[in-house]
Amino acid sequence: MTWNFDVLPDFIFNGLSLGAIYGTVALALVLIFKATTLINFATGELAMLGAFLVYVLHMEQGLWLWLSMLLAMLLSAGLGVLIERSLTRPFDPEDHLPVVLITLGLFLIINAVAGDIWNYQVRILTNPFGKFPDWVPSVGGDRFVEVLGSRLKYQSIGIWVTLAVALFVLGLILNKTRAGLAFRAVSSNVESARLVGVHTGRTLGFGWAIASAFGTLGAVLVAPQLGGVNPNMMATILIYALAGAALGGLDSLGGAVLGGILVGLIQAVLVTWGGVVVFGQLYMSILQLAAAFLIILIVLLFRPSGLFGTRRVERV
Amino acid sequence: MVDDVFDEVGLKVEDLHASYGAVEVLRGLDFEVAAKGVSVILGANGAGKTTTLRAICNMCNTSGKVTLGDDDITRTGTAEIVRKGVAHVPQGRGTFPELSVLDNLMIGAYTRKDKEVKDDVDRWFEIFPRLSERSDQLAGSLSGGEQQMLAVARALMCRPRLLLLDEPSLGLAPLIIEDLFERFTTLNKETGLTMLVVEQNANLALDMADYGYVIESGEITLSGSAEKLKNDPAVQEAYLGA
Ligand SMILES: Nc1ncnc2c1ncn2[C@@H]1O[C@H](COP(=O)(O)OP(=O)(O)OP(=O)(O)O)[C@@H](O)[C@H]1O
Ligand SMILES: [Mg+2]
Repeated sequence: MTWNFDVLPDFIFNGLSLGAIYGTVALALVLIFKATTLINFATGELAMLGAFLVYVLHMEQGLWLWLSMLLAMLLSAGLGVLIERSLTRPFDPEDHLPVVLITLGLFLIINAVAGDIWNYQVRILTNPFGKFPDWVPSVGGDRFVEVLGSRLKYQSIGIWVTLAVALFVLGLILNKTRAGLAFRAVSSNVESARLVGVHTGRTLGFGWAIASAFGTLGAVLVAPQLGGVNPNMMATILIYALAGAALGGLDSLGGAVLGGILVGLIQAVLVTWGGVVVFGQLYMSILQLAAAFLIILIVLLFRPSGLFGTRRVERV
Repeated sequence: MVDDVFDEVGLKVEDLHASYGAVEVLRGLDFEVAAKGVSVILGANGAGKTTTLRAICNMCNTSGKVTLGDDDITRTGTAEIVRKGVAHVPQGRGTFPELSVLDNLMIGAYTRKDKEVKDDVDRWFEIFPRLSERSDQLAGSLSGGEQQMLAVARALMCRPRLLLLDEPSLGLAPLIIEDLFERFTTLNKETGLTMLVVEQNANLALDMADYGYVIESGEITLSGSAEKLKNDPAVQEAYLGA
């Protein structure tokens, strides 16, 4: 057994960038959970649909990639509002089972529809951070810089910066706008929110909108690592994101991001780097999934409200 | 204190029924709060006082008729009723524990579009310096009494025309209670704010009120002017500790 420490930074970098993506999707989960104490199992498939929107707008219609992403995020947000209004609002918010079943149904429907339209092949989607732009001085190659003797990919840096910007914007929306204040109020106490005149339904729709946009962002960022977009691309990502959200605390936005990053790190460093040494390459994907479940299990056993969660998490 | 932006409005409740599941808790209440008036509801634990206030705001299963001024609000949603000028301080605070004290006050003014929200926040901070000192603290970390102050201030931030108070004195120190009720009285006298108060502290409530109702098992068993109730032997025995 040989521990190859030279490649450790590679794994840490990879873990941190995968983790940032898990964090983004975890954030989408937590935004809706905070307000409704529901887990939206369709989060991943909505995100996948958003990534396909980027595919259509950018690869098929030839729109600029970043404009396509922005449009796809807006369209996802609109779809989120529509789903909240038509599929979840008619149901009693206190009764969780019907709404959870609806999100599970959405999961299957969106996946099937996407499979029908685009079939289940992987389709290449341009990597937003494939190569450094020309104005960046070369310090290694056009796709990475040398750090600690390892290659830090432009892709990783791009993901971190994007997530940081997205978090900053989310912070502004939640803390500086009227709608954001209303959303935090509904998340804190639905009945009191009604008693100050907040329309809780519309406010939840607002939460669905932001969550869907964040999911789409996560899916677009993860696509290059999966070789492109395909209808099943988010299935395992959603599980890791769920693990991250459970780890961070299902009702903590900051916790979701940190939890996602931690899961990415654990997966890359402990499981992949450590695991290859001990078990060999063969069992990697099984080990990674098992690790995600193990994290959820251990956290929920010892800290039901997660590392950063406040309230007791209700079971759905 | 708060500017004269209120226009007075009365409340009329007719044959109000309310139930939780199969259990009927209110069994046909009829009462009124005159515009600019202060009415008090007295009753033992579990009599249905809280449910009455919740029913007015359409927060539970109800039938009957509730009229606010000229508006029939029986089928109006809670948020819309608040937008019509009804503020409700629910029993057990009803603040937003995960929001800062300041944000709790700001969300109280959610329905307002005018520019004087900040001034009102300052005014409440003057009245409750304890809240001012804790402006950035999360409401959930306030003491029970501080939360009650916050709940009252939060409700008044929307500049209501009708104020529903569910045991506002709960958990407050005697001096603070006196001060608070003095402020309610001033608000009523100066701005014509109509009030419906549920209160265990019957002495204090009857002093402030001009009319009162006694509820027993979801029915009004006694009503009359505050003077009359104060001198009623049954009321004295049950609620005034005489
Ligand atoms: N959510 C609920 N579900 C079922 N029953 C309820 C509910 N809320 C109240 N009740 C019942 O309705 C009755 C009236 O309750 P309510 O809270 O209106 O009493 P109250 O007069 O405000 O009492 P207190 O002085 O203790 O506050 C009680 O018997 C109570 O058990
Ligand atoms: Mg009560």
